[in-house]
Amino acid sequence: MSASEPLLSVRDLRVHFQTDDGLVKAVDGISYDVMPGGALGIVGESGSGKSVSSLTVMGLTRFPNARISGQVLFEGRDLLTASNEELRKIRGNDIAMIFQDPLSSLHPFYKVGTQLVEAIRAHTEVPKRAARVRATELLALVDIPEPARRIDDYPHEFSGGMRQRVMIAMALANDPRLLIADEPTTALDVTVQAQILALIRRLQDELDTAVVMITHDLGVIAETVDDVAVMYAGRVVERAPVQTIFSAPEHPYTWGLLRSIPRMDLPRALDLVPIPGRPPSLINLPSGCSFHPRCPYVRERHRKVDPPLDAVPGDPGHRVACLLEPQTRRKLWRELQAGQAPAEARAAVEREGEPA
Amino acid sequence: MLAYIVRRLLWMVVLLLAISTITFVIFFVLPSDDPALRRAGSRASPERVEAVRRQLGLDKPVIALPWKDSQMRRYYDDLFLHGDLGRSYTNNAEVKDLITTRLPTTIQLAVGAMVVWLLIAFPVGILSALKRRSLADRAVMGVTLIAISAPVFWLGLVALYLFDETLGRFPLLPGVDSYVPFKDDPAQWFQSLLLPWFVLAASFAAIYARLLRSNLLEVMNEDYIRTARAKGLRERQVVMKHEVRSAVTPVVTILGIDLGVLLGGAILTESVFNIPGIGRLAYNAISRGDLPTIQGTVLFAAFFIIVLNLLVDIAYSFLDPRVRY
Repeated sequence: MSASEPLLSVRDLRVHFQTDDGLVKAVDGISYDVMPGGALGIVGESGSGKSVSSLTVMGLTRFPNARISGQVLFEGRDLLTASNEELRKIRGNDIAMIFQDPLSSLHPFYKVGTQLVEAIRAHTEVPKRAARVRATELLALVDIPEPARRIDDYPHEFSGGMRQRVMIAMALANDPRLLIADEPTTALDVTVQAQILALIRRLQDELDTAVVMITHDLGVIAETVDDVAVMYAGRVVERAPVQTIFSAPEHPYTWGLLRSIPRMDLPRALDLVPIPGRPPSLINLPSGCSFHPRCPYVRERHRKVDPPLDAVPGDPGHRVACLLEPQTRRKLWRELQAGQAPAEARAAVEREGEPA
Repeated sequence: MLAYIVRRLLWMVVLLLAISTITFVIFFVLPSDDPALRRAGSRASPERVEAVRRQLGLDKPVIALPWKDSQMRRYYDDLFLHGDLGRSYTNNAEVKDLITTRLPTTIQLAVGAMVVWLLIAFPVGILSALKRRSLADRAVMGVTLIAISAPVFWLGLVALYLFDETLGRFPLLPGVDSYVPFKDDPAQWFQSLLLPWFVLAASFAAIYARLLRSNLLEVMNEDYIRTARAKGLRERQVVMKHEVRSAVTPVVTILGIDLGVLLGGAILTESVFNIPGIGRLAYNAISRGDLPTIQGTVLFAAFFIIVLNLLVDIAYSFLDPRVRY
């Protein structure tokens, strides 16, 4: 496979769940690519579909009430049509995953060594003894001190950060080509978060593993990924290289996310601005642009027209699903960067006269 | 751990003392036959009855002062100083002997039934959980409700009506009064206990199947089960090694309590099938006002419950590494 072919290519993926309350459109037509050894960040609030889409890649949403369509091409193979046994062979072997809460993600009754050996032997026929040697190496690889001794400890005997290291070691057991990290630092202390991110970055370089980093925290992706997909209500609303997301974001939701985290490069006096409202119900999505009820720059038309994910003029690598005119968006972002509140920015841009 | 066990054993002595006191008091508070009259026989002269009364110590005040002359004092002395449970009012036999000769039968009945109900409950509970909301699941869970609701004496009579080899519709198995000790004839022993085992096990099998099912359904949503799948484990391993392993822990708790209760005598089952176990001994003792035998069986039942509870707690620290004493 040539280096220019994506390792993972998700095409128009839809994951809907039939529930008693109605059809939940958890993921509603998303597409993204991950290059071999590359790193993609998927950003969004809870309920934006970022976890469900990744679990679907792993084949872990095959519930009786799930309706899944689209394509998930991994090394050219469509995982959505793969049999359960084929998928099982890929899980933990070619694609591995780590989760948000490392304590609840490890079985409380088994020693970490047992759980690591199990992961190794699920895909490789090696004697237990050899698998145990490998397990010790893996613990050393993720910087757990005294791995030969800690291998016989239970998960509850580890600290939160150490548990996440164990999870990472387990994910790396079979040299996966892709690692999906679902909010890997959310349950950890801030100081530990940085260590875990550094570890993931280091392993990504050393082992040439591609990474999908799922998070609600833009701070997490800033230094770990190459590309970013911003998800809202089951859709990708903006996709761009990571520098562009921070320097020239185009979607009002992305602006909201950026304005709600502390930044070193903006004036200290600038208040953090939360995004008003709540994520929409995935059963009754708002008409038109699904962000319109929370968007400070909404126009009447946006309540009816569903925006496509189009390339930003002049930058084919940057796509955004927004009905505002490109010039208007740029003006608004300039006002916001200058420290204006959303309402002030809107007023300023409207004073200048907006193209119809 | 050792200190914990010793502490629990000391508490057991306190509990047994309390229980024997309560049994003692209840016996004298509630109206019952005159034990002396019963022991002496219906045609005995009043002098003879009085002699028996003196012999049994029943002429002494029950609890009242002076303490050293009271029946209770004598009872405690025998029990705690000499380990003597006394003699039956009905046939003068040592209560200790009465219990020890019947204990093996009760243990065989209880443990055999436990094996039966676990053998039924595990596959049923696991399959029901895996096929939740399916027709089979709903049907099986409906049957378990019937098994739980059916009184064991009724179930025993139905079993006899259906399968008893002399009077049943489908004469397959020996029924009432067929019990022979294991050492006399193992094959006959096994056959004679089959019906009682299943009758006794029925409601437990149903309760355990439901418990296991609901535990499993809860465990299935745990994050670590998702991890097990994400590792690429085979579905069989996910279920048996990860889900069932977590779901059995609460089962062990009630298993200990249930077995403890049954070792104290399965009164109804033993009565329906006329099996000479502790339960029948207790039943007869109660209906005849035989205080020493009642005391003995009650103490034994309490002893088993307490010991099995202790065993459960010890087992827990092996089942769940997070538990430490």
